[in-house]
Amino acid sequence: MRRRRSPGVPLPLLVPAAVGVVFLVLPLIGLLVRAPWSTLGPALGRPEIGQALRLSLLSATLATAVSIVLGVPLAWVLARSRIRGRTVLRALVTVPLVLPPVVGGVALFLVLGRQGLLGRWLFEHFDVTIPFTTAAVVIAETFVAMPFLVISVEGALRAADARFEDAAATLGADRWTTFRRVTLPLVAPGIAAGAVLCWARALGEFGATITFAGNFPGTTQTMPLAVYLALQHDPEAAIVLSLVLLVVSLSTLLLLRDRWLGRTGGPVA
Amino acid sequence: MRMRVLLVPLMALALTGCGASSEDAGTETSAASGRELSGTLTVFAAASLTDVFTHLGDRLEQQNPHLDVRFNFAGSSALATQITQGAPADVFASANEAQMKVVTDAALQAEDPTIFTENVLEIAVPTGNPGHVTGLADFANPDLSLAICAPDVPCGAAAQKVFQLAGVRAVPDTEEEDVKAALTKVQLGEVDAALVYATDVRAAGSDVEGIPFPEAERAVNEYPIAALKAAPNPEAAQAFLDLVQSDDGQTALTAAGFRKPPS
Repeated sequence: MRRRRSPGVPLPLLVPAAVGVVFLVLPLIGLLVRAPWSTLGPALGRPEIGQALRLSLLSATLATAVSIVLGVPLAWVLARSRIRGRTVLRALVTVPLVLPPVVGGVALFLVLGRQGLLGRWLFEHFDVTIPFTTAAVVIAETFVAMPFLVISVEGALRAADARFEDAAATLGADRWTTFRRVTLPLVAPGIAAGAVLCWARALGEFGATITFAGNFPGTTQTMPLAVYLALQHDPEAAIVLSLVLLVVSLSTLLLLRDRWLGRTGGPVA
Repeated sequence: MRMRVLLVPLMALALTGCGASSEDAGTETSAASGRELSGTLTVFAAASLTDVFTHLGDRLEQQNPHLDVRFNFAGSSALATQITQGAPADVFASANEAQMKVVTDAALQAEDPTIFTENVLEIAVPTGNPGHVTGLADFANPDLSLAICAPDVPCGAAAQKVFQLAGVRAVPDTEEEDVKAALTKVQLGEVDAALVYATDVRAAGSDVEGIPFPEAERAVNEYPIAALKAAPNPEAAQAFLDLVQSDDGQTALTAAGFRKPPS
């Protein structure tokens, strides 16, 4: 009887969980309530919205791609290798999680800016400047979002049964083959979950982007930047922009989750 | 409401506990009302006023040991939004009249705002002027790396105005979210020039050189200040307004690169 009333969720868990949902969802409802529904049509038709949205989707996707290419091997090193100083390495890799993104942006300047450690060399020898370009947006987003992927994938690797890899090794597979043929398929859901988390973080990135990439419509003005600037003179437009970003990101996440994670589900996201 | 309840015992404490005035420098402000101020004074002020107002706030605290002056420095438009959303401020000092109008349109001011200072635009370049910038026309040079403020914020609106008046088709690489962000890019040497306020150039010190240009005279930013109707501490608000407009206040503003408004 009792069990049927609350299907499988004990009360001490149900109450805080419900409060948690309300806490996370109420601000969203606030946006929906305050949205200027009557003028939504013309507001959505403004060309800068499409421009900012395209740039946001493109840069977040590229940032996720870069994060996968660099982050999955990095997660493997953290989870499987026995190199010394792994704990320190893990802490260093997660620095962008705790660093205020604006500081991250300044730090990127100090390395990749025209006066930066590497940037100066690029500028003097190849006449290449990175700040204020779309590439800078991708770099800033990757810097902030990649740790989310690394941590997810590392968690998945630790949770995966290492005996499959051992079996592959006994059958004569080298470590690279084992990684490609055994480990990768094993942790694919974890990579997908990490990628989704990484993409979502990149899509919402503001501080590092506006600092390192600046703000120029069409080149570096992503949706969060457009929202912030719209807020300066037209709060309603800012709400419309936020709604667009929310609808696009939520529907993408829901679609991808179904397709990638299916029944099994990953450790996160 | 609750603030005021708390303030009454504090005020009584200040009146009984401390009779003698401490400083002689600016007695005209606090002596005018005949008694010391206490409690908390909350001033919302444009980011460009940070240094001068912090200094003036310290002075007011010295004159009134029981007064705690707090500042919220940010972009004027963010401040105006916060005030219309009910932030508990005593004084609002805006970097342009448009954002003060947001507050007065909502009828939140205690009295009509007063223009207390002016600021003009200046070209900021990194020390040594690597881009060989000489005037406003250089902002049309696509080979230079250039920053201006976004048109949505006051310094950006002023920039648009001078470009229009001068007939310059500006090709900036970035439209910054506020004037300090534009200045930071100059300080880091990442842009060859940025259009900022004369006061920002002054505050940046040796990292930055300023290049005044004649067109700036035609887009002068006037700074209005007003006490707010819902001010939790109206007496301290008035004292701060008086201090800002006193000779001392105006001297501090001029030293920071602001200009006295024509009276």
